[in-house]
Order: sequence, then structure tokens, then C-alpha cells
Amino acid sequence: MKFLQNTGLIFFLFGLLAFTLIPFLGTYQLERSEVRKQVKDIHQEAMMEVLQPMFGTRYASNFSFVRDFNRYFDTYNEGLKEDQAWDKVIWDDYAFPLTKASSMSPVADAPLLFLVLSIGLAVFGGLLYTLPMYRNEPAGIKNDGIYFSSMKARGWLGIITGTYLILFYIILYWYPEYLTNLVIMVDPISLLLSGGPASQWFLYGLIYTLAILVMGVRMFRKYKGNNYQTIRTVSVMFFQLSFAFLIPEILVLFNMPWHDFKNIWPLDYSFFYEYRIEGMLGSGALGMFMLIWGIILILIGVPLFTYFYGKRWYCSWVCGCGGLAETLGDPYRQLSDKSLKAWQIERYLVHGVLVFAVLMTAVTIANYFMEFALLGQATDQLHSIYGFAIGSAFAGVIGTGFYPFMGNRVWCRFGCPLAAYLGLVQRFKSRFRITTNGGQCISCGNCSTYCEMGIDVRWYAQRGQNIVRSSCVGCGVCSAVCPRGVLKLENGEEAGRVNDMPIIIGNESIKVKS
Amino acid sequence: MTDNTIVILGNGISGVTCARHIRKNDPDIPITIVSAETRHFFSRTALMYIYMGHMKYEHTKPYADDFWEKNKISLKLAWVEQVDFTERELHLAGGEKLSYKTLVLATGSKPNKFGWPGEDLKGVQGLYSYQDLLQMEENTGKIGRAVLVGGGLIGVEMAEMLRSRNIPVTFLVRENGFWDNILPVEEAALVGKHIREHHVDLRLATSLEEIISDKNGAVQGIRTTDGETIDCQFVGLTAGVSPLIDIFKDSPLDTDRGILVDDKFQTNLPGVYAIGDCAEFRSAPGEGRKTIEQVWYTGRMHGETLAHNLTHKKQVSYVPGIWFNSAKFFDIEYQTYGHVPAKWTEPYHSFYWESGSGKVALRLLFDQKDCILGMNAFGWRMRHEFFDRAIREGWKAERVLKQLSSADFNPEFHRQFHQQVLDQYNRENGTAVKLPKRSFIQKLIGSRA
Repeated sequence: MKFLQNTGLIFFLFGLLAFTLIPFLGTYQLERSEVRKQVKDIHQEAMMEVLQPMFGTRYASNFSFVRDFNRYFDTYNEGLKEDQAWDKVIWDDYAFPLTKASSMSPVADAPLLFLVLSIGLAVFGGLLYTLPMYRNEPAGIKNDGIYFSSMKARGWLGIITGTYLILFYIILYWYPEYLTNLVIMVDPISLLLSGGPASQWFLYGLIYTLAILVMGVRMFRKYKGNNYQTIRTVSVMFFQLSFAFLIPEILVLFNMPWHDFKNIWPLDYSFFYEYRIEGMLGSGALGMFMLIWGIILILIGVPLFTYFYGKRWYCSWVCGCGGLAETLGDPYRQLSDKSLKAWQIERYLVHGVLVFAVLMTAVTIANYFMEFALLGQATDQLHSIYGFAIGSAFAGVIGTGFYPFMGNRVWCRFGCPLAAYLGLVQRFKSRFRITTNGGQCISCGNCSTYCEMGIDVRWYAQRGQNIVRSSCVGCGVCSAVCPRGVLKLENGEEAGRVNDMPIIIGNESIKVKS
Repeated sequence: MTDNTIVILGNGISGVTCARHIRKNDPDIPITIVSAETRHFFSRTALMYIYMGHMKYEHTKPYADDFWEKNKISLKLAWVEQVDFTERELHLAGGEKLSYKTLVLATGSKPNKFGWPGEDLKGVQGLYSYQDLLQMEENTGKIGRAVLVGGGLIGVEMAEMLRSRNIPVTFLVRENGFWDNILPVEEAALVGKHIREHHVDLRLATSLEEIISDKNGAVQGIRTTDGETIDCQFVGLTAGVSPLIDIFKDSPLDTDRGILVDDKFQTNLPGVYAIGDCAEFRSAPGEGRKTIEQVWYTGRMHGETLAHNLTHKKQVSYVPGIWFNSAKFFDIEYQTYGHVPAKWTEPYHSFYWESGSGKVALRLLFDQKDCILGMNAFGWRMRHEFFDRAIREGWKAERVLKQLSSADFNPEFHRQFHQQVLDQYNRENGTAVKLPKRSFIQKLIGSRA
């Protein structure tokens, strides 16, 4: 068994190595025909001239290609900016499509081979490693040695992993032109699903989904015997694979806008952006349904489901960010900060982002109805600030890159505006709570330690108090790791949900007037 | 020091609960907690998880380090060598003296040693304190086998700790069943089976004769009373604990096995109280209860009650409610409510159900009128409130069995056992107790009612 797992680990590492090296393969040469194909009509003339020196030049790597491209492109734009010729400046990002079109790497000749050698090998190795986990062991809590692990307790393996993830996200969001070979590699899958070539987002969606699936299998092994964990994991795997990955691509195949039906504003912060609204309004009955469904989720779905089940119905059962956190991020859940200070920062930050998202959207909608008169500039500014700071840096780079440093829910806890909205409902009008079982708590601290949201669960449990907190995503792990059966996630009557027990059950000496 | 200072000796659950509740009731009275074990209160029951790598020491601290200052509870990390009860002073190692108006002794326990030959060898130890944990870490670094002596809760914890590092364990238990002075035969067998499932070499009805030394004064093996020799480099002594009262042996403080106290935790000396593991009641605090209560929960109740008396004019006696306790045997959780002795006689009668897997079990004990006296649950979490009430009100068997679903505290989607239990009960008693019906809507919204 150990042999099988070690083999899996080696396969995984080879796959990862291949994935990391593939971007560096091949040579690059820009052709006029590609510029004609990739560039908008209004920019054709300018771009042909700007890129003139590059035509016919063979670049040995994407580095030299991108460097030259940026040099010519930026010189052109800078010149226009100096002349205050703002309307001529090219704001579109052509670096990615043109680099992709210029790639002459072996990947383009045999994309599937490279796919198998990189992502394929990593997935296969991952499964080979996770499937035999805890075989022939009785069901139970499998946390042995977590704090001795370099990977899971901020050792050098964890630091390397975190750094790799952070770098990957930075390149993905801001320098995707360096990832073109990987995107070319997944083109065949994209063509199969949506009929179109892949973008860096398709590549990201694919590995994101595969990560949830493989690490979901790990969850089945780790929490064997705990049906709540198993069913919840099946749920996030299903929603990621179908709603977040396959259905949007298939929609594109049918000339519909790419749409994730389970993504809800304000997490889906661009839902009310002009291009999205226009896209939905221009797509017939299904487009109309997208719009109405999205609004129903915001106005009725969130309060109603959260009233009955708490925010877990979304955060740890449906959400894509939650899905990744609960699977890929599970090994890091114990790294969340439980201090009072962290809780204070969390409340300011997460509600701050919610306010920002609401204001931005209000301006966007106002602007839409004012037909882009006064607020046009402000809207664009807000969109770009939000997209950069929240959508990319916070949700992506910090959200996932910081798994090995600050736990798997950094984004959900400190940044997600939808989590803040769900949390407000959960805190003030919901039937959900984590019930504390009378006086059985022994203050051991397993619940607090393994709470990914950094809730000091023990603080409540040892006082005999139920846990009612806006941030709780209902993952159920506190209940799972409790050695004395003290915690139970429950939906129940609102009466007695928030309770205070000055003297804990079992002691009859003192009669407390309540 | 002002003259109304309360000094608490010991920062375990009893002492700390007492301090916290004094502060709740009185915002000003000076409180000092003295301990030589650790600066801050930690959860003793969590020591095992540090060894197993589930947590680090800092995670076992129930309160943040700034909690104590915020609540004006001063902490003194010091070893008390002697207490001068006439001058009302603690003599600390290093010569410092600490005076008190009121002294609360909450010194806890120490592992039992029964005079086994070799019990003080290197590599032989119990597990109670933080220092014991550090020592165990050191003693079990590179060993081929560990032997545990005495089958109680600490023994099974130590077995689990050692197994988490793949150290082979032989577990000597004098009795014929595991923990069978507390557990009825079936439950003891269930636990024993599970311990073996975790590859522990459990030897029932086997006693320790002697611990064998190597030439460096370290343990190299043990011999059982059957004459068998087992090579090992570590011996865990887990045959219970007894009150840690060594420094009071030649003092005016009245002691027997523990520090003798009345029902208000008052010792024979004015202004001196004892709570938790180290206290011994002059008469048991309730029917079927022991005079020394060495459980986390009772320590907490002692602390709550004494704190009340130290801050109120009207004094109350310690009146514990329905007994409860819990433990975990490797993967199997155990909860008990009320009174279930290891053996009982007519007209008491019991109902016992065990799942096919042999890992889930329920015991209910009834009196001659078929009223519930207590229960044991294994691998099945049960609601404290439910059984506290059912036992206090003396519910009839059928009522308890019918409502078992609302006592169920297992996680959502957990396998339901209620129907199986009812089937067996009805078969054995010729009754027809039925599952209460829950509507689809009730199920959908998870309503218990």
C-alpha cells in the first residue's frame, strides 16, 4: 500500500514538473495573418505597424517574445498618452492571444500527449496516493501527526507549496501570456465542450475542477464513516463539475453567454455589469431565465435557504471557492488564526468588502439606467479597482495561495461579500446553530484548532453555549473531531438558539435566577 | 498584598473555574493562581493530542494569554514547598513568600504506584502532568515496545498515543475485562475488542510482577505474575491516580486519602478550602457517589460552587445533579448518564443493544418500577439534556425508548439505530413501542419536534 502511494506521489510530482516546464517549451513567431485574426478591426492598422519589426523573427522563448511585444506595444501607447491622444490608446490586451497564436511549440502538435504527461499524470498520481489512504484502518479521526507535518504545519514544504500557488495565481491573472502553451494543451478539450479554443480561464477551470475531484476522493477516505462529510463532499464535487465547469462551456457551444447558475452576486460581482446584462438580455428565454434566476437567488434564495439551513447550504455544499477550500484546502484547515484580533479584522474586512461591492453595483446599475452619462468613468474605475483588488488579488492570490500559511478559508472569512451577506442572515434570522451538548465539553481544543473559519468554538462549548456565529460555514468538522460528542450542527426552533448557561448542567448547588 | 487576597494553588480545571467564577461575582477581589506546572491553564484531557500531533500545546489553552490580565487574575509560576497555615503564607521555592486571606487547594492528582519492583526506573512513568508528557516524548523516542499497566482511561489514552506513532503496545490489565470495575461485561468486551482492533496486545487477567532494569538503570522488560517476560523500553503506569497532597502530610491540615472537606469544601482550617481531585469529602456528596471525585466535570462543579460561596453571604452545599461522564476509547466515544454500575442485582434490570458492527451499543438500566436509572452509550452521541431530564424525572422504559430519536446527538445523515433498538426491545419485552412519526416537512427542515 505504501508502495502504491509512493508511486502515486512520484507520478504526481512528475506531472507537476511537466506542468511547470511546459510553458517554457518551443519557439515563437508572429505572423501577419494572426494579427489580422486576433486583433479588432479598429486596431488592425495600428497593430500591424506597431508589430512590424516582429514579423518574421523567430523568438527562442516566450520571454523574449513577450519582452519585444511589450516593448513595441508600450512605446506606441506611451507616445499616444504623452500626446494626450486618449482615444487612440489601445486598452485591449493582445499579449495573450498573440503569444498564443505565435507559439510554435511541440505542444501544439501533440496537445493530448502533453496533457497526459502533465495534468493527466498529476491526477493519476493523486488518485493513486489518495485512494489507498487509511485502508484496513477503522473509521475515525485521522489527524495523527498533522502538527509534525512540514506540509500542513507551515514547514518548508508548506512554504514552497504556498509560494508556488501564489506565483501561479499572479501569472494567471496578470501575465497569462506566459501560460500559452498550457492553454494550447487544453484547446482540444475546450473545442470538444464549447466549440471554441481555450483561454487561460478554461485552463484554470479545468485544473480547479480536477483538484476538487481528486481531493474530494481524499475527503471520502479521510472522513470515512462520517456521512455528513461524505455527502457534503459529493455535493461540492457535483456543483463544481456540472454547474461551474461543464454547463457554462456547453452554454457557449449553443451560443449562449458563459454562465454559472449557482454563482450569486455579490460573489459574482460582475453579474450586473453591462456586458453581462446585455449578454443575458440578448440570449432569448434562457438568457432571461439567467437574469431572473440570479435575482431570485439574491433576494429570495439566500435569505430563505439560510433561514432554514444556515449559510452552509451555500458555503460548504455548493460554492466553488468553498468547494476548493473543503477539498484541496482541507489539509490546511488548522492554520486559521483563532485570536480575538483576527476576528476583529475579519469583521471589518468582510463587511467592508460587502459595502464596496454593494456601492459598486449601485453605481453600475445607476449608470446603466442613466445610459452611461455621468457615471461612466466612475463605473469603469470602480470595476477595475474591484476586479484587481478583490476579484483577483484577494480571492485568487491570497484566497488560495495562502492556504498553507493562513488556512483554507482566508478569502471566505476575510473577503467574500456573499459570505458576509449570508452571515448576516445566519447570525440574526436562522434556525441553524451548533448545539453544545450540555456539560460534556472538556475544553480540549480540537474544535477550535480544526475550525477553518477561525472560530474559537471551544469558547462557547466549554460554557455550555450554542455556537451562533455569522462566519460559520457549517463544514461540520468541529463536530467530527470532538472526542466527547459535544457538538452537533442542527436546524431547529429559533427559541433557545442563543443561550447562556451561567452554571453548566449537572451542578444543582447553585440556583441561578434566569 | 491586600488582606482579602484569595490564593488558588493549582491551575487545573477546578482552580481556574473557581477563579473565573469568583471574578464573575466580584470584580475587585484580588485573585492569584499559583502553579509550577505551566504558566497558563491548559486542558489536561488534551495532553494526548499534543503527543499525537493533532494539536500543539498552545491549542490546548482554553483562554488566550491576555485573558488573565484582562480579568485581573494574577498568575504565579512557582513551586510551593510548604504552606504555613498559622501565618497564612505559602513558601515558594527560592524563598519567596505569598500571603493569603483565603486559600483554595486544587492541587490535583498523581499517578498511582503500588510498590512494583522497578517502578522508579528510567523509562517508567505515568501520565498526568505536562511534565509527564514531555518525559513521555523523551522516553518513547526510539523504542521497540511499550508496556502499559492498569486498564483505565489513561491507559487507553496512552495506548492510542503510542499507536499513533506505530509503537507496539502490550497492555496488561489485572481484571478479566477492560475497565470492568466501571463497565458491565458487554461494554467491557466491546471496548476490549476495539482496543485489539488497533493492534494493541491486550492481556486481560494479567498482572505486573516486576519491571526489569538494564545495566544503566533503564527499563528493558517486565515480568508478569504468570512468569512471562516481555521486552520493552517503556512502561506506562496507568493504574489510576490519587490526590497530590504530599506537602500537607505533616501539617495541621486534616487529610486521609485526600484533603478532607465538608459539603462546602471547607477543610478543618478556617479560610482553607480544597476542590477537585485532591479533595476528599467526609461524606459522599450524593447517593452512589464517591468521596473523591476525579473527573473533569466534577472539578468544574467544585470550582463553580466554591466560587459562589466565597462571594456570597448565603452559603450553599455542593449538590451535584445527575452523574455524567464521557471518554473515548480510540475511535469509540463513550457517554454515560445517571447510575450504571458494573454489576447490579434484582430487581434492577437492564436493556442492552449492540450493533452488528460491534462498535455501537446502548445500555439502559431500570429500577423495579421500570423507571430509568442510567445509561451507557458507545459510538452513539446522546443529548445530555434529554437523559438528565429523563433520569431526574424517572421516565418509564417505554417513554425513553420511544423518544430515543430526540436524544440522538449524532451528526446529521448519520446512520439511525432507533428502529433496531426498538425491534430488539419489543422482541425481548413483548411490547409494541413504535417510532414516532416525522412528517416530510419536519425531516426536510431538520426539526426535532
